[in-house]
Amino acid sequence: MSLRLPRVGTSQVVALLVILAINWVVSPQFFDIRLQDGRLFGSLIDVLNRGAPVAILSLGMVLVIAMRGIDLSVGAVMAICGAIAASLADSYPLPVVLAAALGAGLACGLWNGFLVAVLGIQPIVATLILMVAGRGIAQLITEGRIVTFTSPELAFLGGGSVLGLPTPIVITLALLALTLLIVRGTALGLLIEATGGNARAAALAGVGTRLITLAVYAWCGLCAAIAGVVAAADILGADANNAGLWLELDAILAVVIGGTSLFGGRFSLVLAVVGALIIQAMNTGILLSGFPPETNLVVKAVVVLAVLLAQSPRLAGLGSNLFGRRA
Amino acid sequence: MTPSDTPTDDRRDPAPLLELAGFSKSFAGFRALDGVSLTLRQGEVHALLGENGAGKSTLIKCMTGVVHRDAGTLRLDGALIAPRSAAEATQAGIATVYQEVNLAPNLSVAQNLFLGRQPTRFGLVREGEMRRRAAAVLAGFDLHIDVAAPLESYSVAVQHIVAIARAVDQSARVLILDEPTASLDAHEVEILFAVMRKLKARGIGIVFVTHFLDQVYAICDRITVLRNGRLAGSATTAELPRLDLVKMMLGRELAHATAERAPAAASGEAAGEREAAFAAFEGYGKAGYVAPFDLALRPGHVVGLAGLLGSGRTETTRLVFGAATADTGTATVDGAKVALASPAEALHLGFGYCPEERKTEGIVAELTVRENIVLALQAKRGALKPLSRREQDEIAARFIRLLDIRPPDPERPIGLLSGGNQQKALLARWLATEPRLLILDEPTRGIDVGAHAEIIALIRRLCADGMALLVVSSELEEIVTYADEVIVLRDRHHVARLTGEDVTVPGILAAIAADVPAGEQAA
Repeated sequence: MSLRLPRVGTSQVVALLVILAINWVVSPQFFDIRLQDGRLFGSLIDVLNRGAPVAILSLGMVLVIAMRGIDLSVGAVMAICGAIAASLADSYPLPVVLAAALGAGLACGLWNGFLVAVLGIQPIVATLILMVAGRGIAQLITEGRIVTFTSPELAFLGGGSVLGLPTPIVITLALLALTLLIVRGTALGLLIEATGGNARAAALAGVGTRLITLAVYAWCGLCAAIAGVVAAADILGADANNAGLWLELDAILAVVIGGTSLFGGRFSLVLAVVGALIIQAMNTGILLSGFPPETNLVVKAVVVLAVLLAQSPRLAGLGSNLFGRRA
Repeated sequence: MTPSDTPTDDRRDPAPLLELAGFSKSFAGFRALDGVSLTLRQGEVHALLGENGAGKSTLIKCMTGVVHRDAGTLRLDGALIAPRSAAEATQAGIATVYQEVNLAPNLSVAQNLFLGRQPTRFGLVREGEMRRRAAAVLAGFDLHIDVAAPLESYSVAVQHIVAIARAVDQSARVLILDEPTASLDAHEVEILFAVMRKLKARGIGIVFVTHFLDQVYAICDRITVLRNGRLAGSATTAELPRLDLVKMMLGRELAHATAERAPAAASGEAAGEREAAFAAFEGYGKAGYVAPFDLALRPGHVVGLAGLLGSGRTETTRLVFGAATADTGTATVDGAKVALASPAEALHLGFGYCPEERKTEGIVAELTVRENIVLALQAKRGALKPLSRREQDEIAARFIRLLDIRPPDPERPIGLLSGGNQQKALLARWLATEPRLLILDEPTRGIDVGAHAEIIALIRRLCADGMALLVVSSELEEIVTYADEVIVLRDRHHVARLTGEDVTVPGILAAIAADVPAGEQAA
C-alpha cells in the first residue's frame, strides 16, 4: 500500500537520473526513441529491456533479504529453468513449457525454503548448495550442449513486443504489480518486515514465521524461473554454463541499492527495481561511452559506493553536524 | 553550582572526585538536559534516579562523551576534562558498564578482561600470563571462576562483574553503572553489591542508575534525582526518606496505589475456586525445563508466579503460551483438550503473552508504534485479511490514548520510545486481540515509577473485566497486591500454592526459602 517513495527513495531516483544524464552526455542519442515495426527502439528502451532479468530477480530477492535471508542460487535456477524451457519449446505447447519451467523454479525455491525454515540452516549456506548444484543440473538437462529452439511463442517472451514495449519490460512491470498486490495488498508485507526486523518477537506475536519464510523463498525461486525463461527466450537457446551467471550478485546489489538492509526489516519493491535499472543504466552507459568493457566493474563499484554513502545515516548525521551546527 | 569556584560547599570529608556543572543538551528543540549539576566524591556510591525520559541516559552520555553537550563543564580531580568519545572517557578514568553487557560472549573471561591490551611477548599473546592475571583480578572481587571458559557460560551477574572488573582494571576512578541490576536476582544483586563495596573502599566513585528503590537505600550514600531534564534534588540517603524520594521523582503525590491489597483479592472472594477454568493444565511439563505442574486460570482471576531468577517462572509461561512444547501432561481450554505447539495456536485460543525480554522478544524496533500494536491482531486474522490503514490508525490511536503512550505519535519507530512506553505498546498489542488470558512476564521490570503504577492499575482493571491473568513478578510487594493466588517456584518445580489470606510477602518468602540455606532474604 505505502510505497514510501517520496522521502525514502530520493537518493536512488537521483542516482538513476544522474546516470541517465551522464549517458546522455556520452551519447547524445541516448534518449532518442523510434518506433519500428510496431516496437520501440532506443538506448533507453534497451536499458529497460536488458535490465529486466535482474529486475525480475530482485523482486524475489528483496523479500528474501527483508526476511534477513539471502538467496545465492537464483542465477543457477535461471540456468535450470532456461534449459528446461529451451529443451521442451519445440516439442510441447507453450503452457506446458512454462508450467514445467516455472514449476522447476518453484520447486527450487521450496527446497531452499525447506532448508532455511524447517532445518534451520543459515540462508547463505543453504542456498549455496543449489548455487553450486544447480548449474550442474542445468548442464545435465542440456547434456552439456547449448540447446537452441525455434518456437516463435517462446521467442516472443524475449524478443516480442506488446503495444510497442518489448515483452521483457511488460513482464517485469506485470510482475512488479503482482508482487505489490500480493505483498502490500495483503498484510504479508507487515508480517515480513516484522519477521525480518525481529524474528523472535514476531513468532511470539503469533506470526507464522516458518510458513512465511517458505513462501518467500518459493517466490524467489519462481521469479528466478521467470527471469531464466525470459533470458532463454531472448537468445533463442539455453547455455547452462553462462545463463544467469553472477546475476545473483547483481540482484543482491539491486536490492541493497534499493535501500533494503541485509539485516532485514523494511523493504521496498519499487526501489529494488530502480536499483536494477541503475545497474543496467551503468552497464549500457559504459558500452556507449566506448570505454573498454573491463572498466565496467570498477565504475560499477564506484557508483554503488556513492549510492550507499548517500543512504548512510551516519554520513547524513555528519552532514547536518557540519552544516547545521551553528544555526 | 557555580561552575568555576573551589568546592567550598563541601561539608563532608572526601574530596570531590567528579564535578558536573550546568550540563545542558537539546535534541531538535527538545531540552533533554537543562543546567544539571552533580558532584561525585571519592568512595561514594551515588544514585542517579528519575523516571524514564528524565534525562539520566543523556546525562551519562554527555559525561562519557558519547553525546556532545551544548553547555556545561566537567572536572575530574579539579581539572577540566572534555572527553569526545567513550574511549577518551575511559582513558581519562571514567568507565561505564551498561545494562546489556558490552562484551564478546563467545570469548573467554580472560580474553574479555584483556581484549585490546593482551599481555604479549614478541607480538604473541601470552595466554597463560593473561589467564593468571585475569584470575588475580577477579579474585580481588572474591570471584573464583574458570577464566578460560567462554563468558556466555556464566550468569548475567558474573558477566557484569567481569565488565566492571575490566573497566576498573583500566584504572578507572569513576565507574558508571547503568541499571546493572535489572536482570539480576536477589542473590546476584548481593554479589554485585559486595563488589561495589570493595570498589568504594578503594576510593572509586560510583554513579549507580537503577529503578529499584530498595537497592538505593541498601548501597547508596547520596541520591541525585532528575525530572524532565532538570535537577529535581540531591541529598544524602539518610536525609531523604523513601516517600520524599518518590515525590521528588514524580513531582507529585503518589496515591497509595500499590500499598494496599485490593479488598476483593484479600477476602479471597474470588472463592469462585470452583468456577470453571478458562484454561487448565494437568501434569504439564517438559523434561529439563519445568517439572510437571497443575495450573488453572479462571476469568477475573490473577495467578502470580513467584520465585528467584532461574526458578522456572519464565519457563512456565512459555509452556503455557506454546513457545516451548510440553512433553507430558494435558492442556484444556474451555474444557476441550488442546495441543499448544506454537504461539500462533495460543493466539487463536485467545492467549496473549508479554515476554520479559522486551527488546529481543517483544518489540520490532524499526517498525512504528502502530505496526507493533496491530501485529498480533493481524497475525490472528491472517495475512489475507489485512487491517485497512484506517482500522490500524484507529486501533493505535485508541490504545495510545487508553494507555497514555508517550510521545503519542503512532508513526514513530517503537525503538525510540522509553522502556515503559514500549511495554505499554506491547500490552496494547495483546489487548487489541481481545485475549481471554493474558500472560505477563515481569510487566513492570525496568519501568519508571509512574508507568509502574499505571500498569498495575491496568492489571486490576483487566481482571475486573473478566480476563484471566498469569503474572510473573520479582517484586513480591507488588504481586501480593493484585494476585488471587500465588504459585511459588524453586529449582524448576512448582513448590507451593498460596491462596486467599496466605498471599503475603512473608508467606511467599517462607515458601521460596523453605529448603534454601537461610540468610539471603532480607526484604
